[in-house]
Amino acid sequence: MLAIQHVSKVYMTRHGPREVLRDISFRLGRGENLGILGRNGAGKSTLIRLISGAERPTSGRIVRGMRVSWPLAFGGAFQTHLTGLDNLKFVCRVYGVDYKPLVPFVEEFTELGIYFREPVLHYSNGMLTRLAFALSMAIEFDCFLIDEAMVVGDVRFHERCHVELFHKRKDRAFILVTHDANVIKLYCKNACVLHEGRLLPFPSVDAAYDFYQATMSTQAEPIEV
Amino acid sequence: MSAPRVQLTGRPPLLPCLGVQWRVLHALLMREIITRFGRENLGVLWLAGEPMLFTLGVATLWTAAGLRHGSAIPIIAFAVTGYSSVLMWRNSANRAGSAVANNKPLLFHRNVQILDVLLTRTLLEIGGATSSFIVLSLIFIFIGWMPPPVDMLEVMFAWFMLAWFGASLALLIGAASAYSEIVERLWHPAAYLLFPLSGAAFMVDWLPVGMQNFVLLLPMVNGTEMLREGYFGNVVATHYDVGYMASCCLVLSLGGLFLVRQVSRRVEF
Repeated sequence: MLAIQHVSKVYMTRHGPREVLRDISFRLGRGENLGILGRNGAGKSTLIRLISGAERPTSGRIVRGMRVSWPLAFGGAFQTHLTGLDNLKFVCRVYGVDYKPLVPFVEEFTELGIYFREPVLHYSNGMLTRLAFALSMAIEFDCFLIDEAMVVGDVRFHERCHVELFHKRKDRAFILVTHDANVIKLYCKNACVLHEGRLLPFPSVDAAYDFYQATMSTQAEPIEV
Repeated sequence: MSAPRVQLTGRPPLLPCLGVQWRVLHALLMREIITRFGRENLGVLWLAGEPMLFTLGVATLWTAAGLRHGSAIPIIAFAVTGYSSVLMWRNSANRAGSAVANNKPLLFHRNVQILDVLLTRTLLEIGGATSSFIVLSLIFIFIGWMPPPVDMLEVMFAWFMLAWFGASLALLIGAASAYSEIVERLWHPAAYLLFPLSGAAFMVDWLPVGMQNFVLLLPMVNGTEMLREGYFGNVVATHYDVGYMASCCLVLSLGGLFLVRQVSRRVEF
């Protein structure tokens, strides 16, 4: 069980405090999933970082009753002067897992070739995403936090993520945030829209989709559902 | 959506937490060693090699310059005890300044905290300075340029106090630098100016009394004096106040820990 209770996040800017997330609450049980739609800058990545524990909420509480992954985003979570292999070792040490049996899986999944043993700073975005995904699959989490990571990468990568996450680990929970409504429609059973700092629930993914599309095309005020 | 399986309230038990703490420190130590020293040539041995080269260089310079120290202490021993003490507090604080910025992506992992990042760098610096001190002393004692320490226990205690001072300073500088870059900019000139005042290149006894009381306000001067008393025994006259140094370290440690906690709450990516 993962419980987000009245979470708000305020960032200080040059123009004073700015509330990015406002009183957000929801629960996610084992094996459940949630898609969160939001436009660029809606606070999706912030919410994911709060849930993961990388950042702390300004107010409210996050109760993690299951093993929650770090935010699966491209870029973050890597020390760029370390190689892909060193990053695997680091992550394994932090989470208390033996890295050796995982090397073949990560090498095979990431298809990095010789770059697996080169510093991460020489990686392309696609390579970073593959490594990020492979590392989080290497550690057994109950709930995966996926921040746009599924959006980048090519078709082949998408297919492999699909197999790893939605077939081999279909008993796990996940939260997927993206601005791409089609991805949510494809993978999620429930969906919310992050709009003007609030997380708006919808009875179905289609309803969330429709609302999101409406806010995208018009600048309409949110409809209370 | 569904009823909670476990009620997670209150604090988690201590023992598993210590396990996590150890795993994180180990992971960070390995990460620092690899990025700092690499796998080529001496690798991790540079941890001690670097401070040894510094100390040797300073010892050579002071010998060549015929530094007047007006006492029976061999100048090599004077330089090794003095400069090693400087390394203890200066290197820890220097490395702490950039610690948070350099490790920020790793804070994505919930269990990796700013405190861990700072502790890791401090452990490495103290480890390096300590091995350098031990190795150099052993070499010089062996070839007869340095006497063996008179009171080993006092040397160890003084070393511990210097380590504590270095660690508390590192926490403070590290956390404060995460608040504002100005701190690091100010620390480097401060460290440079503190070096000649730190007791590395003089004994407090050589100074006029007024000056003595002034320099003894600096905690590390007390530590260096204590170290030299332990090392050389009654050959030198020393002035220090352990209680004062411990109080300073305690205040710095608490201030540092407080700042670390404050800054951890406002980590932003």
